[in-house]
Amino acid sequence: MLAIQGITQVFGGLTALDDVTFTINRNDITGVIGPNGAGKTTLFNIISGIYTPTTGTISLDGRNITKFPPERLAAFGMVRTFQNIELFGQMTVLENVMVGLHTKSRCGIISCAFKMPWHLHEERRIRETAHTWLRFCGIDELADTTAANLPFGKGRLLEIARALALEPQIIFMDEPAAGLNSRETMGLADLIRKIRDRGITVVLVEHDMELVMDVCDRILVLNLGKKLAEGTPREIQENPAVIAAYLGEG
Amino acid sequence: MKRELVKYLLLVAAAVSMPYFFSDGYMMNVLVFVGINTMLAVALNLLLGFAGQISLGHAGFFGLGAYISGVLTATHQVNPWLAMLIAAIAVSFLAFLIGFPILKLKGHYLAMATLGLGIIIYIVFNEAVDITGGPSGLSGIPNLALGSLVFDNDVKNYCLVWTFTIVTILLAVNLAHSRIGRALRAIHDSEVAARVMGVNVRLLKVQIFALSAFISAVAGSLYAHVMTFAAPASFGFHFSVELVTMVIIGGLGSIYGSLFGATLLTLLPELLRTFQDYDIIIYGLILILVTMFMPGGLVQGIPSLLGALLPKKKEGRG
Ligand SMILES: Nc1ncnc2c1ncn2[C@@H]1O[C@H](COP(=O)(O)OP(=O)(O)O)[C@@H](O)[C@H]1O
Ligand SMILES: [Mg+2]
Repeated sequence: MLAIQGITQVFGGLTALDDVTFTINRNDITGVIGPNGAGKTTLFNIISGIYTPTTGTISLDGRNITKFPPERLAAFGMVRTFQNIELFGQMTVLENVMVGLHTKSRCGIISCAFKMPWHLHEERRIRETAHTWLRFCGIDELADTTAANLPFGKGRLLEIARALALEPQIIFMDEPAAGLNSRETMGLADLIRKIRDRGITVVLVEHDMELVMDVCDRILVLNLGKKLAEGTPREIQENPAVIAAYLGEG
Repeated sequence: MKRELVKYLLLVAAAVSMPYFFSDGYMMNVLVFVGINTMLAVALNLLLGFAGQISLGHAGFFGLGAYISGVLTATHQVNPWLAMLIAAIAVSFLAFLIGFPILKLKGHYLAMATLGLGIIIYIVFNEAVDITGGPSGLSGIPNLALGSLVFDNDVKNYCLVWTFTIVTILLAVNLAHSRIGRALRAIHDSEVAARVMGVNVRLLKVQIFALSAFISAVAGSLYAHVMTFAAPASFGFHFSVELVTMVIIGGLGSIYGSLFGATLLTLLPELLRTFQDYDIIIYGLILILVTMFMPGGLVQGIPSLLGALLPKKKEGRG
């Protein structure tokens, strides 16, 4: 569904991504792995419209979306979470998810300011749907907590809940297990499968190999900005180039 | 939601009862300015406190509202209400157009650009002598009137201005508790995440800038018709800074905070008159103390101060 073609990203003198080509299949859980600085986050930034690549194209179901800004991609059902959590810290957990429903609601400044009946109706629907997503991610009991006060693991879950509220067709997660303990990581693996079972395509960057090998259908390996390998978890585990790169890194 | 209603009814009750407490014209006159400044602070707070975008040019929008309304009525005999509407629409349209390039800037750069905008508007007021009357001001602006009721004394002006103030506060509170208010706060906390959530950040910033200018222009028009006079000195850079101070002292992102901030900064110079030459020092000291000890502004600081004094009472956020 998502075709990444010849993506190169140059920052000043540094080539963060070098001619990366890869395809993401609908309803797969795809893993993107590679050592620190391999360019994984940069790839996500390009796909999610935060950066425009130096060269190369991204297309979604045949439509060229390379230059689409994030807010436009959101309308196409593409959403992401962030490696360095980007929650709306001063807002409550519930409000964070309600912002995720922004594209699912219409009322403008005037109908909001004058509390038009359809605005009140919409507001009630947003609130209820937001609770549904919090329950889906198992953090509904924290609905009224200020997001900045959340423990780290719950913050990661909230990022996922907020992203799911858009009802995306594809979700990109940048290191969702970073900073989680092993029990939380197991919960995350279940959640990721649950998300896929709803028909959502999942792409995740992850360092936790056990998690990646466990949940992913396909894996892309990046090293120093280049595609090193792609394949099923088994193929990747047996790939000599991958083994060399990982052993080399120590 | 219940709490919001209670707060609002308390405000309305307080506003309605003021004329019974202060029968003398002087205090009513001061309260007229509290009302106008509250509208301005609320307008700026939508931009500064919610969306997190600074403007040091809001006195310019305020002044444009006053002058457009003033010139249309005093020079061209347009109906004052119509003039107010024209002024508000024209100023918000101007803000909308300027907003697109200017709001691409962030932080200090945005502060500089809006500062420049305010200064340019101020210079126009001074230099376009044929239209504005220049530094000596524009006089002969008529009062607003409803049929035979002419708003021409302090108590009537109080009722006029506070009707607008109370409606502005209601609309702003409604907006704050809606998807638009949440989107604005989201921009404040993480612009990139707001965009990923599908918020058209660029457009929303410009829209709120235009809305803020609209309210400021209505306040300016009220000011012109209440004073029946407008001079550039009221719309200079220092007043823009004073508005920012009201919003910060009151509490960023709190509509009622802006009411408190505007009230304090408008009343303080009047109350400090008795200290004569020392008033400006005491004024400065109070501002410093409030910012040091009430980092969330009056709206959070006063309840927690009361909470500290009455340790039994349970506290909620304002
Ligand atoms: N905005 C940027 N400006 C300059 N260099 C960047 C920028 N973003 C990433 N880089 C560089 O690109 C390389 C890849 O970074 P990144 O994509 O974050 O790696 P990963 O997520 O795989 O750890 C790093 O060397 C990083 O310093
Ligand atoms: Mg990274």
